[in-house]
Amino acid sequence: MARAVVTLPAQARRGEIIEIKTLAAHPMETGFRRTQLGELIPRDIIRRFVCTYNGTEVFRVDLHPAVAANPLIAFTTVATESGTIAFQWVGDNGYSVTETASIRVE
Amino acid sequence: MTTRREFLVLAAASFAAPTAAKAQLDPNQQALRRTAMQEALRRVVGDAPVRRGRVKLELPPLIDNGNSVPLSVAVESPMTAADHVKAIHVFTEKNPLPDVVSVTLGPRAGRAGLSTRVRLADTQTVLAVAQLSDGSFWSDSADVVVTLSACLEEGLI
Repeated sequence: MARAVVTLPAQARRGEIIEIKTLAAHPMETGFRRTQLGELIPRDIIRRFVCTYNGTEVFRVDLHPAVAANPLIAFTTVATESGTIAFQWVGDNGYSVTETASIRVE
Repeated sequence: MTTRREFLVLAAASFAAPTAAKAQLDPNQQALRRTAMQEALRRVVGDAPVRRGRVKLELPPLIDNGNSVPLSVAVESPMTAADHVKAIHVFTEKNPLPDVVSVTLGPRAGRAGLSTRVRLADTQTVLAVAQLSDGSFWSDSADVVVTLSACLEEGLI
């Protein structure tokens, strides 16, 4: 159910700026919509996205209901060393997804 | 039996209804939300001056569907340990909540920027503010026209 996709180059030169695209499958329910019976649909969003490179945090985003469903976050980082890049999405109702990717730096 | 006159009145009414649903936010709401954005901005920058420039906010000027609008922010910065962008915030003027995204980053990001997709409730101004490592704030804004609101089903709350 909880799924996420991450795209980044598998290898890079040392010091190169690489582009990372992430996409999480999530409805991002705003908490402002109502059902046909007029009941408010409770908020259910991803609140935070964190990217860590070999354990060091490099990029963090706080999300609000104004982010569209299936949030896309595209950003850059510097390829410093070979290792793993981890991505974590945390949200309402205990939502938590972690994705990792490995990168080879020459 | 429906007379010709009754039919014409009904037909006219059914054409009129959708135009009413497209109405803009009422002025009171607009003022409240503008105040909310100013407060959200003050929470981030405090009393520091916000200058224009260095930030580039890109949004399509005309948006058919406010439910998913591509937005990208880029900040001019060498992104070194001594001179980098610490945070980027995006605010809207007329959404139910002023905050959109808040980004925390540092020299490890390489370039200061992000691309995402947002919801926009109305024709409005979107504001991006960047905080630099020397404590200064820079901003850029974009005016967008939204034809289908992201919150249309409950009549522009």
